[in-house]
Amino acid sequence: MTTTDRPTASGDHSYAGYDEDDDPKVKLHYGIDPHDPWPDDVPRGQDDSRWRFQDNPRLARRAELKIAFCWTLTMLSGIALAIVYCVGGQPQVEGTMLFVGFVGLGVGLILWARDLLPGTEVTASRGTHNISDAAKREAAVEAFNRTVDPIARRPFLLRMLGLVGGVFGVAALFPIASLGDRPHRTLYKTAWGPGVRLVDQDNNPLKPADIAVNGILTVFPENNIESPQSSTVLINLGDAPFDVRPGTVGWNIGGLVAFSKICTHAGCPVGLYNAQTHQLVCPCHQSTFDVLKGCNPVFGPASRSLPQLPLAVNNAGYLISSEGYQQPVGPGFWNRA
Amino acid sequence: MSTTEERLAAEKRMKYERVGLDAVDDRLGSSGFIQKALDKIFPDHWSFMVGEIAMYCFVVLLITGVYLALYYVPSAADVVYHPTPGHGYMPLAGQHMSEAYQSVLNISFNVRAGLVMRQMHHWAAVVFMAAIAFHLCRIFFTGAFRRPRETNWVIGLLLLLSVMLEGFSGYSLPDDLLSGTGLRVVFSIVESIPFIGTWLAFDLWGSQFPGSSLIPRLFVVHEFLFPLAIIGLLTAHLMLIWRQKHTDFPGPGKTETNIRGSRLWPQYAIKSGALLMIIFGVLGALGGLFQINAIWLYGPYNPYTVSAGAQPDWYVGWLDGSVRLWPHWEFRSFGHEIANPFFPGVLVPGIVFTIMFAWPQIDRLIYKDHVAHNLLDRPRDKPFRTAVGVGALAFFTDLTFASGTDLLGNDLHMPFERLIEILQYGVFVAPLVAGAIAYKTCQALQRTDAHPIMKPVGGILIRTADGAYHTLGDEHGAHGDHDGHGHAVDDHDGNGHAAAHDDDGNGSADGNGHAAEEVDEPAAGAAISGPDPSGS
Ligand code: HEM
Ligand code: FES
Repeated sequence: MTTTDRPTASGDHSYAGYDEDDDPKVKLHYGIDPHDPWPDDVPRGQDDSRWRFQDNPRLARRAELKIAFCWTLTMLSGIALAIVYCVGGQPQVEGTMLFVGFVGLGVGLILWARDLLPGTEVTASRGTHNISDAAKREAAVEAFNRTVDPIARRPFLLRMLGLVGGVFGVAALFPIASLGDRPHRTLYKTAWGPGVRLVDQDNNPLKPADIAVNGILTVFPENNIESPQSSTVLINLGDAPFDVRPGTVGWNIGGLVAFSKICTHAGCPVGLYNAQTHQLVCPCHQSTFDVLKGCNPVFGPASRSLPQLPLAVNNAGYLISSEGYQQPVGPGFWNRA
Repeated sequence: MSTTEERLAAEKRMKYERVGLDAVDDRLGSSGFIQKALDKIFPDHWSFMVGEIAMYCFVVLLITGVYLALYYVPSAADVVYHPTPGHGYMPLAGQHMSEAYQSVLNISFNVRAGLVMRQMHHWAAVVFMAAIAFHLCRIFFTGAFRRPRETNWVIGLLLLLSVMLEGFSGYSLPDDLLSGTGLRVVFSIVESIPFIGTWLAFDLWGSQFPGSSLIPRLFVVHEFLFPLAIIGLLTAHLMLIWRQKHTDFPGPGKTETNIRGSRLWPQYAIKSGALLMIIFGVLGALGGLFQINAIWLYGPYNPYTVSAGAQPDWYVGWLDGSVRLWPHWEFRSFGHEIANPFFPGVLVPGIVFTIMFAWPQIDRLIYKDHVAHNLLDRPRDKPFRTAVGVGALAFFTDLTFASGTDLLGNDLHMPFERLIEILQYGVFVAPLVAGAIAYKTCQALQRTDAHPIMKPVGGILIRTADGAYHTLGDEHGAHGDHDGHGHAVDDHDGNGHAAAHDDDGNGSADGNGHAAEEVDEPAAGAAISGPDPSGS
């Protein structure tokens, strides 16, 4: 507005803030037109230099004693804290002393401020409340507009800047990929395979007789106890009627069956076995799997059966897996097929 | 005080001010700012203290957190625990565990005062979240998020998110059985995200779960990233409050254009400092006297064990509950799959937070209220908003209960299957019922004008000898504290209560004849240039 060589913006106020302001139906600023002066309800005869017990020395003195008492407690608990620490520390005493010390300090401060320090409730104008008048707003727009035309004159540079930012920005994202391994087929694999012996968590191989009827045992592939996807539950169902599904014939050894221990819902170890109902329950979200029906989910958020591990016995009489799991174990993921 | 003493004191004061303030002003020209800052007015209401409580919990977290960080070892390397009697936790002797877990055992048993520090830290986190939740409710139910404070609502929600993530990452650092199980579930939730989930999970964890990169990464996230984010956001939050000035409840003499309260110096500053001390004290007591997250009882994490009754910290409960209640749906086609945890673990919180972020806009549409406000709504005066808020609380409560179905089932002697079914219906029914009750309660409260948590208002009606009536104990005539401006109507006409003040700066609440029916009146009286609707 001050110079004439900026043809835009001056004279027309059609930037966003103004449309709303000029709409008589919308009163944005506390019902007050920002173009008008702000009503100045100045404090009415307030005296905030007085303190509560100013005219009552006796009460003031008593307040002082109260505060001194609080802070004495703080000092004593400080000493106690130091002593407790020196003799070896004791959480309960430390906690109590911290409480007494800090609360004493705080309460003393509150009493001091309330009774002996100036300051009563005061009322004042909120001031202009952060709303600038029209002239300032225009000046701000003016300052911006200084560059609008010169920039608009070079659309090529502007577009180029966008492109450069995009390309360079994408390139800068690439290092994210080095944060982790590619998944590849990891989620499909376990350490099980043909002829891998079943071991307990101390890496002892197992024989069918090691697990009693209605017993349950967490087993691992031999020498791979740490393998995260491989933990398996071995259950002896006795003569409960186990429902051999098509494609799983010969995977059980009598009543002895093995299923992945990793919940197909969100991956918790499915550890709770109810021998009466022959159900496995996941402790995380209570998905319940019916072991007799091939660990079919019968309750809860899991929607897939626990994969079954094909069992066999090797020549030495030890339990082995005759193959690995035939499908990915554990929870679902996008490219699970 | 004798005059000499007074004179001496005055001399002392002058000298001090010269030396202190002049030196600063000579360099910064800051006296104007300092005077304004010291004289700044903060309204007094107990509910405005909750934000401060949150802030001071954060201070405690920083102090105790630095102390813990000096001992914590962010390593997933496997070690065998060898405590000596009196120095360590004997029942775990000889067990394999991660170095991280061992270092937390050391802080708890071998570092003097370490256990108190650790428990204070955890308690501070729990109380911090409670204070934030309460603060958010305060802002919501009183309409403090309305123009011009929408930005601070958004910043506040970003703070809430950062603090939740900060809390969860800290909870996972000890690498105990409980938190490890939580991480396993989170891995599965990340894995379930369509398109990118599998890769994202591997990038976050560095490999297949559990891997050995996560613990050191969590340490960086927990010690550096989120604290930095919180400090930055909190600074912005406070700067906006400072600039925009605090809201206040309507009351006699309070208007949209004035502010009433105590000055920063000395009342507000000293009382606020005292609050900090009291928070220190209370958290110290909690940390010393009340055991929290006793990781030695849970044992070190290993992927094939889980303790029944696993409970996350309370503020994650609703997410855990959501994961428990979501039905067993999964979508599979074209060789791809959207796994179950995606819906309750990503979609539900996504929708919840989207609604929360958008609430100032939604509220504006509902009430067609584009006006700026400095005076707060009383919850009862906006029954619909209050009903939405109460409904949301019922929703969160239902989900939080759901995260304890196994324990609750035991307590209530009810199979957890029944309990889960009840809570599944509850997710829909509880918010509706609670919302309806809240709506009706608001309407009833509007009629009676009683305050549910403050002293009753009104006075004693006296009949004088000549047959006239007047009230005792209420200088303002018929009504008490809350009968000021902007309280009249559940305003749907877009003018808000600001309208009532353009001709009247202060004290117009005196003696207005507020009648019960007025509350239900449509807002016709609130036209811009109209008279004060309460008829003063
Ligand atoms: C780390 C968490 C947070 C801290 C430390 C914090 C701190 C504070 C403090 C000290 C105040 C002034 C005193 C008061 O009104 O209580 C305040 C005001 C405010 N906070 Fe927060 N806050 C946090 C989170 C939030 C959240 C989650 C929201 C809402 C989504 C929020 C929205 C607001 C708003 C709108 C105000 C202005 C209130 C007014 O002027 O009446 N804050 N905050
Ligand atoms: S992880 Fe097993 S039910 Fe969710």
